[in-house]
Amino acid sequence: MVLALETRGLVKRFGGLVATRDVSLQLPVGARHALIGPNGAGKTTFVNQLTGVLTPSSGTILLAGEDITRLKPEARVRRGIARTFQISQLFRSLTVAENLGIAVNEQRGTGYRAWTDFAHDGEARREIEALAHEFGLEALLDARISELAYGRQRLVEIALAFACRPRVLLLDEPAAGVPEAERDALLATIARLPADVAILLIEHDMDLVFSFARDITVLVEGGVLTSGPAEQVANDARVKAVYLGEAVDA
Amino acid sequence: MADAHSGGIGRHARLALEVAFWALAFGALYLIPRKLLILNEIAILGLFALSLDLLLGYAGLLSLGHAAFLGLGAYTAGLFALHVSSDPLLGLAAAIPVAAVAGLLSSFLVLRGSDLTRLMVTVGLATVFGEIANKAASITGGADGLQGIAMGPLLGVWTFDLFGRTAYLYSLITLLVLFLAARRLVASPFGLSLRAIRDNPLRARAVGVPVTRRLIAIHTIAAVYAGIAGALLAQTTQFVSLDVLALHRSADVLLVLVIGGTGWLYGGLVGALVFTLLQDALAGLTPQYWHFWVGLLLVMLVLVGRDRITRGPLALLRGLASGPERKNPAPEAG
Amino acid sequence: MLTIVIDGIAYGMVLFILAVGLSVTLGLMNFVNLAHGAFAMAGGYATVVLTSRAGVPFFAALPLAFLATALAGIVLERTLYRRLYDRPHLDQVLFSIGLVYMAMASIDWLMGSQQQFVVLPEALSGRIELLGVAVGRYRLFIIAVCGVVVLALQSILSGSRFGSQLRASVDDARVARGLGIRVNRVFALTFAVGSGLAGLGGALGAEILGLDPSFPLKFMIYFLIVVTVGGTSSVAGPFLAALLLGIADVAGKYYVPQFGAFIIYVLMIVVLLIRPQGLFARGR
Repeated sequence: MVLALETRGLVKRFGGLVATRDVSLQLPVGARHALIGPNGAGKTTFVNQLTGVLTPSSGTILLAGEDITRLKPEARVRRGIARTFQISQLFRSLTVAENLGIAVNEQRGTGYRAWTDFAHDGEARREIEALAHEFGLEALLDARISELAYGRQRLVEIALAFACRPRVLLLDEPAAGVPEAERDALLATIARLPADVAILLIEHDMDLVFSFARDITVLVEGGVLTSGPAEQVANDARVKAVYLGEAVDA
Repeated sequence: MADAHSGGIGRHARLALEVAFWALAFGALYLIPRKLLILNEIAILGLFALSLDLLLGYAGLLSLGHAAFLGLGAYTAGLFALHVSSDPLLGLAAAIPVAAVAGLLSSFLVLRGSDLTRLMVTVGLATVFGEIANKAASITGGADGLQGIAMGPLLGVWTFDLFGRTAYLYSLITLLVLFLAARRLVASPFGLSLRAIRDNPLRARAVGVPVTRRLIAIHTIAAVYAGIAGALLAQTTQFVSLDVLALHRSADVLLVLVIGGTGWLYGGLVGALVFTLLQDALAGLTPQYWHFWVGLLLVMLVLVGRDRITRGPLALLRGLASGPERKNPAPEAG
Repeated sequence: MLTIVIDGIAYGMVLFILAVGLSVTLGLMNFVNLAHGAFAMAGGYATVVLTSRAGVPFFAALPLAFLATALAGIVLERTLYRRLYDRPHLDQVLFSIGLVYMAMASIDWLMGSQQQFVVLPEALSGRIELLGVAVGRYRLFIIAVCGVVVLALQSILSGSRFGSQLRASVDDARVARGLGIRVNRVFALTFAVGSGLAGLGGALGAEILGLDPSFPLKFMIYFLIVVTVGGTSSVAGPFLAALLLGIADVAGKYYVPQFGAFIIYVLMIVVLLIRPQGLFARGR
């Protein structure tokens, strides 16, 4: 059975600094996998390599068996891998519908069309509305991103990644900065994501991690400390030491 | 919460305003027949500014060398009229592929690197074109300019007269056609992806937009628009000089666009109108030192803040016409 | 051949003095100051006025030109430039173009639009024998002065406290502030020195580059090329770039007069294609 996403011996060096240390990760289809670790462990650097923002120094990345290590970011999205960002990266002067529309257009292959009127594209509109419905954003479709509360922006952030019809979804601290009142909606949304999409979640919020993840990988100083089923990792003494140590310092 | 800048009065009012705008523009042929030469200038400058808007306002690319394509179009049309055919439309058609190729090839240079690199590259390109035009004096007339251009009648019927009637009509219709095409462009999926690239190139890539390809395309289109403006300039004034490639041309059109506002297509046209009228008025006062006042205007514009200046009458117009860029939207509570 | 090399080196040195201020402010403050050429022009005109109208000897006029433009630099930086550091590049470009326009028009109004000539003292006119070839004394003087300036800059940068504060601020202004470095003062002083040097360059260069109100725009492209090719993270980078450009331009115009002018533009384009951050810059 082909894995949805796999990395083999991924290494990333910045001059003398080793940010990613021989990381081999396996994500089966439909995975619910969390990536945790102290600050500076290299989680976001790892995700940046998965999406093509950074080029690994060595190692390979396979998406459904296909080697995507040298592909440009936009090409990888076409192949079915999408991500959200720790700090919302949305198109701020555009409406929610337009934000989603951009991804929808690229997926449908109509993004290059310069002669048709986007506002009158019925099929695109239907897909956008379906997405909005999934994420509870119907009422906000015509609102500008700059007008939305941050919690809603985080929802759009995920919806936008989801609009890319990914087989693998990388969520980088989706709950970061979201006020208490809006967290539940966010967590519920994440729980509802389709079973056939493999999800890698980076998070610090342990409640979210344990309610979501079936498997956990712990990253420390760029390398994998341990990886396995959630229960097992939760009870691992070394993991506790890493986090306990952190809690004492904090 | 409704505010003065939201969407506006409504689609019908917007349409009415636009129709009025163009009706006045065409009506000027009869209403102010003695000002047609300057109106022709405004129309051409407006088209030039529109081309820069496509680049800057919609794709977010800062260029200080856009006059390169203006000049290329001008010299092409001028030389075409001198050596091939004096038919204006054929000349216009000839300028298009030349500007397109130049835009396409130079886009690889222009798109590499940061804003600052881009600034230098665009200035460099325009300067190179200027030097070429200067050196190839036997072809271009060098510092004396391309002289002796005589245009044939438009469509075989309308001759170019001294009062500029045919010239203005020609430029205005070309402007209208290109304006409508541009509007179509920005409302399309392609146009949407451009605005996404302008807002956040990182995220655009992350949702699958082939950023470089789209930017190459818009750069080429913007070059063609500028080239057509140049061709119109050569044909309607029947003269081309090295000045068409000068740095101040690129700087002036940037100012024009900034006055009218980027990102709403009418910005270039409104800016061209305001700029030319200002120039006409101030040139009467201190003919040589026009650029002092332009400089002062630029400095003040920037210090006060482009946002705050356009908040007044122009922002109202913008809000009514298309409302794309609100300045201070009401934040949602929470 | 030697004359061409000497000429090229002199030209390159002047370009360096003119452009180094721009390069440092770009790298330090990330500010696109297209008005840099206006400071150079001011220095040139100040020298002309001092030597021809006020009877100040040339050798005294040079440091005065430096000081005057440095002073102008401080005033402008404190009053105007400082407000624009965080603005988008478009705003900075528009602002500096506005300043240039104002400067150019003002000079035109005050001094007229004709070429200005600096009267060189006896000691610097004519030629001397060097290695069997007649070489212009003024060119040698330029090389000497610029050489001293380069050495001074290099030693200040690497040897003095201000130099290390400057380098820290270039690397990361936020961290530098955190370390207690008064980054704003560093900015102001650097801007002043950069403008002063531009003024000095304008004064020195008037004789070989010409001086009229269109100077800032005419030579802006050259400054930009030096900064582009040389990068903004060192003094050595623009120095080498300026020398390269100076020699290439002079040699080009001599050996291939038809295309000589293009050589430096082509050079710039080639460099940008291969290394957008400049030939000598550390990748930024």
